[in-house]
Amino acid sequence: MKNKLIATRTAFGEALVEIAKERNDIVVLDADVASSTKTSIFKEAFPDRFFEMGIAEQNMMGVAAGMATTKKIIPFAVTFAVFATKRACDQVSISIAYPKLNVKIVGSYGGIPTGKAGATHQAFEDIAIMRAIPNMTVIVPADAVEMKQAVRACVEYNGPVYLRCIRCETPVIFDENYKFEWNKGVILRDGKDITIVSTGIMTPEALVAANILAEGGINVRLIHLHTIKPIDKDILLKASIETGHIVTVENHSIIGGLGGAVAEVLSESEPALIKRIGIEDKFGESGSLDDLFTKYGLTCENIVKEVKEIIKKKNK
Amino acid sequence: MKGVLKIPIVYKKRGILVVFQERLIKNLEKKANIIRRYIVEMISNAEGGHIGGALSIADIMAVLYFHILKIDPENPEWEDRDRVVLSKGHASAAWYAALTERGYFPKEELLTFDHINSRLQGHPDMNKTPGVDMSSGSLGQGISVALGMALAARYLKKTYRTFVILGDGETQEGQVWEAAMVAANYNTDNLIAILDYNKLQLYGETNTIMNIEPVIEKWHIFGWNTIEINGHRINEIVQALEDAVKFEGKPTIVVAHTIKGKGVSFMENKVEWHSLAPTEEQAKQALKELGYSNEKGF
Repeated sequence: MKNKLIATRTAFGEALVEIAKERNDIVVLDADVASSTKTSIFKEAFPDRFFEMGIAEQNMMGVAAGMATTKKIIPFAVTFAVFATKRACDQVSISIAYPKLNVKIVGSYGGIPTGKAGATHQAFEDIAIMRAIPNMTVIVPADAVEMKQAVRACVEYNGPVYLRCIRCETPVIFDENYKFEWNKGVILRDGKDITIVSTGIMTPEALVAANILAEGGINVRLIHLHTIKPIDKDILLKASIETGHIVTVENHSIIGGLGGAVAEVLSESEPALIKRIGIEDKFGESGSLDDLFTKYGLTCENIVKEVKEIIKKKNK
Repeated sequence: MKGVLKIPIVYKKRGILVVFQERLIKNLEKKANIIRRYIVEMISNAEGGHIGGALSIADIMAVLYFHILKIDPENPEWEDRDRVVLSKGHASAAWYAALTERGYFPKEELLTFDHINSRLQGHPDMNKTPGVDMSSGSLGQGISVALGMALAARYLKKTYRTFVILGDGETQEGQVWEAAMVAANYNTDNLIAILDYNKLQLYGETNTIMNIEPVIEKWHIFGWNTIEINGHRINEIVQALEDAVKFEGKPTIVVAHTIKGKGVSFMENKVEWHSLAPTEEQAKQALKELGYSNEKGF
C-alpha cells in the first residue's frame, strides 16, 4: 500500500481558501502561528479576511465570539491545540460555548507531532478538555481528504466546533468517493473477532494493524470516529454486542479522549473489556517522530500486540 | 425698545439648546433613579445579587439607554443596533433595570431575577434576555468580545457602535490588556469602553487589593483616547459619550469615577455591599432615600 502523504494542517489551510472563495462570511484569526497552522495560505488569498491577533489567545477567542454575535461572520480561531484548549479554556467555554456562538476553534499540532518542540507544545488533553464543555462538537479527522470535508461540514453547521489538525504528513486513506457524515462513525473494515476504534491520524495506523491481524486470522472490525462529540453511540453498542472486546487508539491521553468516551458509552449499557491505547497520563518530550510514536506505543506493531493480548482474555 | 430684537439669532438658538439640554439631563436623572429603584427591589426580592456595582453604573446605563444608543426594543436582534457588553457581568441588575425601563421585557419579570428558570440570570445570558448582546460573568472577557463586534462592524461595513462597561477590579485581568493592545492596533474607533471606577472590589479597596493606577496613563499609553469624568454627573456622562462616538482613529475609554452603592447612603463606599442583598427593612429605607416610599415599582 502506497498512500500519498499530506499533513492535515495543510489540507485545513487549503480547504479554508476553497470554501472562502464561495462565500465571504469566512474570516480567520490566528495568534502569530499562521505559517505553522497553515492559515498563511488563507492570508495570502484573502488578506482582508485574516485578522492577526498576536500572541494573545484569550483575547483572540473573545474577538472571534464578538464577530460571531453578528451571525454574518463565521470566524475560525486558529492556534496550537495546547493554547486553544488550555490557555484560552475559560474564554472558549464562557465566551463561545456558553452562548453557543458560531465560532470554529482549530487546534493545530494535536498530540505527539510538534517538530521536536516537546512537552509544552504537545496537546495530549485537548480532546478531553473540549469534550467536557457543553455545546461543543469535537472533530478529529483522519487524513487530508476527510479534513477538507470536515472543514466544509463545520461551516455548514451552526455552532461551536473544535477541529484538530496535525503537523506532520500522514497517509491519505480516503479517496474522492468518501463522504464525511456529520456525527457518524465510519466502519473501515468489518469483522467479528474484536473491534478497534480509532480517531485522527491513528486510523491509518490501525488500518495497517487490522490488515496484519487479518493475515494472522484475526478478523478485526475497524471503526473510525472522526467525531468524538457527539459520539456515535449506535455504532459502538453494536460493535460491543457483535464483537465483544474493544481496543481504542488515539494520538492523545487515554484519559478523557476517545478511550474515555467509548468507555463511558459502553459501560452504561453494553459493557466490554476495553484496552485504551494512547498517551498514558504523561507529559511529552522532544524526539523524532518515529522515536516518539514508538516510545508512546502509537504504532501498528503495538496495536497488533495489544489486540492479541485482549483476544487472549476474551478466549479465557 | 433697545435690545430685545437685537439679540443675535445664534444666541437665541443656544438658549433653546440650553433649555433642551436641561430637560434632557432632568429626564435622564429620573431614569437613573428608576434604574436604582429597580435594582434595589430586584436584589432584595431575589435575596441575592451584586447591588453595589449595579448602583454605581445606574447613571451610565440611563445615559446609554435613554440618550446614546441606537436601538429598537421591538427588534432586539436588529442587525444595525448599537451593541452593549456588560463585561462586569455581576452588575446585571442594572442592565435588566435599564432594559425593562426601555421596554425590552415586562417590568413584572424583574421579580424572577436570579430565580430558577428565569430569563434574568445572575450574570447576563444573551440567549435568554432580550436586549442582552453578550453573555458575560467571567471577568476580562467582555472587552475582547466588544472588540470582535467592533471589528465585525468594520468588516460588514456597518455603522453601529459597541459599548463595553468594565469594572475597575476587572482590569486586573490580563485579557483586558491583550484586548486594549489589539483594539489600538486596529484603530477601532467604533469601540467605546466605560470604566466604572468605583474604587472597591469584592474583598476590599481596588487599589489596595491590587493597584491599577495610574489608570488614565495606562490606557493612554496603550493607544486609547481617554476621557475622565464624574460617573454620576449626567451632563458629564452625556458629553463624554457624545465625544467618544465622534472621536476618530482610536478607541475611547471613558474613565468614570463612581461610588459603589451610589444613591443609598448606607451602601455607599461600603465593601460589604458588593454582593449583599438588603433585608426588607433595608430595602424600604433605600427606596425611601430614592424617593419611593410605599408603592411597588413592579
